[in-house]
Amino acid sequence: ELKEEFTRILTANNPHAPQNIVRYSFKKGAYKPVGYVDQMAVHFSMNGNMIPKDSDEGRRQSIRSGSSAGRHNDFQIEKASVESSAVTSEEAEIKDEESTGDTKAAEEKETEEPGTTEAAETAEVEEPPPPKVKEQKLANQFNFIERASRTLNNPMRERACQSEPTPCKDFSDTVYQWKIYDAYMEELKEMEKSKEKEKPKAQVSKRQEEKKEKKKKKGRKLTSLEIQVSDDMNKISRAAKLMERMVNQNTFDDIAQDFKYFEDVSDEYRNQQGTLLPLWKFKYGKTKRLAVTAISWNPKYKDLFAAGYGSYDFMKQGEGMLVLYTMKNPSFPEYVFSSESGVMCLDFHNDHPNLMAVGFYDGTVAVYNLKKATSQPSYKSGAKTGKHTEPVWQVKWQKDDMDNNLNFFSVSSDGRIVSWTLVKNELVHTDVIKLSAKGTTMQGPEGLQLQTFGCGTSFDFHKKIDWLFLVGTEEGKIYKCSKCYSSQFLDVFEAHQMAVDSVSWNPYHLKVFISCSSDWTVKIWDHTIKTPMFVYDLKCAVGDVAWSPYSSTVFAAVTIDCKAHVFDLNINKYESLCNQLVVVRKKNKATHIQFNPVYPVVIVGDEHGHVTSLKLSPNLRKMPK
Amino acid sequence: MADTGEGKKEETDYKRLHSFPLIRHTDMPEEMRVEAMELCVTACEKYATNNESAAKMIKEMMDKKFGSSWHVVIGEGFGFEITHEVKNLLYMFFGGSLAVCVWKCS
Repeated sequence: ELKEEFTRILTANNPHAPQNIVRYSFKKGAYKPVGYVDQMAVHFSMNGNMIPKDSDEGRRQSIRSGSSAGRHNDFQIEKASVESSAVTSEEAEIKDEESTGDTKAAEEKETEEPGTTEAAETAEVEEPPPPKVKEQKLANQFNFIERASRTLNNPMRERACQSEPTPCKDFSDTVYQWKIYDAYMEELKEMEKSKEKEKPKAQVSKRQEEKKEKKKKKGRKLTSLEIQVSDDMNKISRAAKLMERMVNQNTFDDIAQDFKYFEDVSDEYRNQQGTLLPLWKFKYGKTKRLAVTAISWNPKYKDLFAAGYGSYDFMKQGEGMLVLYTMKNPSFPEYVFSSESGVMCLDFHNDHPNLMAVGFYDGTVAVYNLKKATSQPSYKSGAKTGKHTEPVWQVKWQKDDMDNNLNFFSVSSDGRIVSWTLVKNELVHTDVIKLSAKGTTMQGPEGLQLQTFGCGTSFDFHKKIDWLFLVGTEEGKIYKCSKCYSSQFLDVFEAHQMAVDSVSWNPYHLKVFISCSSDWTVKIWDHTIKTPMFVYDLKCAVGDVAWSPYSSTVFAAVTIDCKAHVFDLNINKYESLCNQLVVVRKKNKATHIQFNPVYPVVIVGDEHGHVTSLKLSPNLRKMPK
Repeated sequence: MADTGEGKKEETDYKRLHSFPLIRHTDMPEEMRVEAMELCVTACEKYATNNESAAKMIKEMMDKKFGSSWHVVIGEGFGFEITHEVKNLLYMFFGGSLAVCVWKCS
């Protein structure tokens, strides 16, 4: 065991220095080991008193030591002392320099020098100051001359910048199981509701898309613009509307007062005659060139009425408009719809006062829905879907059919009376009757018998008997028809010499109807009797005739020469009670007249696109007993 | 016994029915919101039993996609008060009983 050789290795490593120093690095966010560890070990250190000779302190000391040595020697011999002192100082210096590395020598010298300085100081007091020539730097290999220079460094300047802190917000909440549950329950309810709404909406939106595709681009752009504008205006629209109405009421204050309260007292003296007091005049800038072709009151809102604009002139056909006014706002219409061809007739649905059926000059019919914000009709007939080939002169809503679908009838110059049903998204047409002009079957080529069709210009359905209706034609005949028979008429009345402009059943007398024509006459009939009961010659072509809603014996007619005639059969069977110019302009013709179902007001439309409202004086309003 | 059995069945039915993610509060922009929601749903479904791993997955993916320092809390019952960078918060429910809160704040 003693013979075992141990190898001892002498290394320069410091055994006490740790080998695995680790430092934390913020960049990496982890501890990382330090590669090289200092191996230096200090065994002894001592602060010494040595100062370099060339430094300030060193020079001061050597001066002091040199001067004191000189003074010390002056005691004995002045010159010699100088030299010797110089020598001694030199020697001292040399010794000094030689012994810089030797601490002991340095210590001696130092002890010497303080001693000499002390002696020198005491000597100084007595002796004159020694000469100062002794400072001589001897150049030897140990004497270094230092030279240094330094470039001019630009002064440092501190700059700091801090980015704006990202905006932060606080948020707090608590999670409970019941909160989660409640939220989910609500969400499910909403989803169910939206599913229900989606079903009808999906169809409506599909149909709207189809219609939009068929329409020109212009139409589409208009609708999208309208929607944008309405979004902004929605917030103040209601307030603005009320303001508008109030302003109008203030402006037309006297008319409003007249409408409500004025009763013409002079009627007592007028001997049964009555007058029509003009009230508001409704006009809309864009309808200036168009004539009023149809007017109708809304069954639900008694102050709202619709006026259709188009042109009766065959040569001057342009676009048409459908404008709804309310008596509460005479200066601007409530709704405006424009169409490509002139509107010829319109009718409000009794149960759905937002639906209007409209017939156009180009033979199409359309249904507008006032609740929808678009200016396009909800349904429109097209060439494929059986539209008329001639202008549609009248449309009328019927009761819902057996499937609860809305339907209406239309009559046109092409001799067809068509029933249109609103089935889901479309307008389905069924020809009800073709008006054949009797006695005019012609012999066509190859021995065919061609039927020429009469042109229907107006019709009216009986108020109580659902299937019974009358049709007036351009030839002046009136046919009594039934919905059930499609080829045969029930009866024919040889009514007028010229086209029948309007037929209308009496709202109270179930057998009586009235007809008017361009042959200057208004005739009253009993539908069981072939000849008219009353004939009135108004000396001018009659545009329209209407029964009053409050009395079975009062009716009004309007003629081309802008006059309105009001008759009351109870009072005077042969003459009109009122015969008044209602539309003042020159070159104007009154086209239509309608009674308001509730108020004692009639509205008259004319060829310049104006609608005038007039109030009936008391004499004209007498109710039968 | 039958009642509790039915009760349990209803519960699982309810959980199945209400598995859709329901956002409670968020101010993220559209695309970020959609991505974050899908990420949360994926993570919660993958780590259905371990909320911590799901949260870890969500946090790491969000850090990668949208920048550093996202924080994610997943749980069934907790309250919180946080400061979040504007437009970087998503607080949603999922799976009928889980709530996930994801926000960014460095």
